[in-house]
Amino acid sequence: METTTTYVLLGTDGRLTDDPAARDVTPELCRDLYRDMVLARRVDSEAYHLQRQGELGLWLQSLGQEAAQVGSIRAIRDSDPVFPSYRDHAAALCRGIGPEALLAQWRGVRQSGWDPAEHRFGVYTLVLGAQLLHAVGYAMGVQRDGSDDVVLAYFGDGSSSEGEANEAFNWAATVHAPVVFFCQNNQWAISTPTGRQFGAPLHRRAAGFGLATELVDGNDVLGVHAATRRAVEAVRRGGGPALIEATTYRMAGHSTSDDPTRYRTAAELDHWRARDPVDRLRALLDDRGWADGAFLADLDAEADALGAETRRACRALPDPDPTAMFDHVLPGGSPTVDRQRDAYAAYLASFEDAVEEAR
Amino acid sequence: MTSETFRLPDVGEGLTEADVLTWHVAVGDTVTVNQTIVEVETAKAAVELPCPFGGTVRELLAAEGDTVAVGAPLITVATGAEPETELAPEPEPERSEPEQGSGSVLVGYGTSAAATRRRRRRPAAPEPARPAVGTNGPNGTGPRATPPVRKMAKDAGVDLAEVSHDGERISREDVRRHLEQATTPSDPGETRERIAGVRKATAAAVTTSAFTAPHVTEFLTVDVTATVERVALLRGHPAFAWVRVTPLLLVARALLSAIRHHPEVHARWDEANQEIVRLRTVNLGIAAATDRGLIVPNVPDAGSLTLPGLARALEELTTTARAGRTTPERMRGGTVTITNVGVFGVDAATPILNPGESAILCVGAIRRRPWEYRGEVALREVTTLSLSFDHRLVDGELGSRVLARVGAVLADPAGELLLD
Repeated sequence: METTTTYVLLGTDGRLTDDPAARDVTPELCRDLYRDMVLARRVDSEAYHLQRQGELGLWLQSLGQEAAQVGSIRAIRDSDPVFPSYRDHAAALCRGIGPEALLAQWRGVRQSGWDPAEHRFGVYTLVLGAQLLHAVGYAMGVQRDGSDDVVLAYFGDGSSSEGEANEAFNWAATVHAPVVFFCQNNQWAISTPTGRQFGAPLHRRAAGFGLATELVDGNDVLGVHAATRRAVEAVRRGGGPALIEATTYRMAGHSTSDDPTRYRTAAELDHWRARDPVDRLRALLDDRGWADGAFLADLDAEADALGAETRRACRALPDPDPTAMFDHVLPGGSPTVDRQRDAYAAYLASFEDAVEEAR
Repeated sequence: MTSETFRLPDVGEGLTEADVLTWHVAVGDTVTVNQTIVEVETAKAAVELPCPFGGTVRELLAAEGDTVAVGAPLITVATGAEPETELAPEPEPERSEPEQGSGSVLVGYGTSAAATRRRRRRPAAPEPARPAVGTNGPNGTGPRATPPVRKMAKDAGVDLAEVSHDGERISREDVRRHLEQATTPSDPGETRERIAGVRKATAAAVTTSAFTAPHVTEFLTVDVTATVERVALLRGHPAFAWVRVTPLLLVARALLSAIRHHPEVHARWDEANQEIVRLRTVNLGIAAATDRGLIVPNVPDAGSLTLPGLARALEELTTTARAGRTTPERMRGGTVTITNVGVFGVDAATPILNPGESAILCVGAIRRRPWEYRGEVALREVTTLSLSFDHRLVDGELGSRVLARVGAVLADPAGELLLD
């Protein structure tokens, strides 16, 4: 079988390869990406603990996938629209979505925590692959507006088997939509390994649809950054849609309801732990002397403060008025929805009365 | 100094309770925010719970082994100048309602915690008889236990129906106690091991078979030199280039031939319906010794295979069995079986029928023996075949004809198989 070379800029040994893009690597870029990844990992870890303390109904950890997310979202303009899946916390944080907004949905107090228009970052989509069609549709709107925005759509290896994903690839190629599909291939679709998910790697299947594709080491934040920048700029110049497959690893379970020890081995985890994206960039920073003690101490303090803020903000999230769930069903509402809201309010009121009587 | 209570959260989308496995802290210990304090086992997984507060452990409100309802208090922590306050720059306390427990905790907290919390009685010594044995769950689906406990029981070869328990459901502790009782040596000069797994299944199968089907076993010693030579020839044939050819292949082919010539032998006794079921498709079982014990996987529709196809099927079957990867469905549906005791260097056996089958063919070791050959004594490859059959289905005459046919094919495979 034909094999494709994985693009690497920062090797597992923490050294830059001789790729031309290495010339664009600056100390500032490395420090910024490192900070993004460390802070994202901290929020993710706090959210996990909050779930285990009963403060969140569910959480899906991004642990291990920080480089794929941070490297890609930092390679596009802040104004480029992003359509995430549901594990893209590091990317969301880079778009200014804070812990409170990030956790609200998982605490079950809001349907989504942020305004997609304000952050140019869509709501989390738990229907696998659906966001890819939304992204292509949005990109067609971009074409019609005559804007030079490029749409970035995140998804995973499991989603790549979905009909939606394949329709999105095909349609994007057909209409030449300005979209970059970014697959975080984290090796596991819940308990299904990639080996049982598809017979040919995604970047090769996508090429068959007519997308410009690249395979990149998803735990190499600099490589992801360079590859995404290349792809996005090519699309922005009118080159047609692209797909990046980033090889990474989901270090935690699929969700807090999943027990990954039932289907994968400790040896596999060790293999990937040795390829940790944060450690890898830290090795470069240390090797080059690009991060002094003050920077690292400040970052530690910032992470601690963000952790505390995550806990505080989560617990402080107000319970919504139960009838608020009717507010966003249709823009402007409708008589039918209004009737349902009234009926539900009456039901709740009767329930409270019953409690009062019992006392 | 205030005190905080951490209640058991629903850590897995709709759980109602968990068993306390291990406490990682004791009363008086200092704990920090997010420090793992306890491991609990839910119906889904063993889960470590991190402490939401920092401070000093004041009380552990559940013992290891207890089943705790979601929402029931687990631990109280005296929170003085705890690390959380030092870390959090915001003066706004996240615990504005002290002593009320975690009022803001989310999922599944509708009911009174104290009312649903159960503390299980634990006897000091194993009891000779325990109240509930094999209590059926709802709808008669067997005893109730969480999936992790079912897994533990399955791994240990324990039938949950035999585990005594006094709670609503069988717990990990119940299974452990069951195992201890089952394996307590009564005499220092002996060791006891629990009857479990393949051993248990095999025992049940041979017992059922031996005491249900009246067995008759016949023997035939036959000169199989031609078979041994034919096997050597086949090994060099391109059709068998990637597959192991052994005398067992021709034994299988000989048995298939005998069934083709005497299809009445291939049947099943249906006691419940008082019917004899004639079988058209031969699913050929091969008894295999594995690390786990004796198993009998089968080659489905072996009669439809070409000789190379049969060789591949047999090789795949034995390789899979030795690797311990035989799936349960490959062990179901067998219609007739071959057992090869020759591999252990013995001459013959009186095999017991695989339950539900009408015949089983046993092959002994092939040895060079002085044998009458063309009017003289010569050293020939000789083996003893034995055939056990269910005498309800197979008369002595039919059984004899089948065994004779197998012998005839092995004595002259090239010639006799032309007759098929």
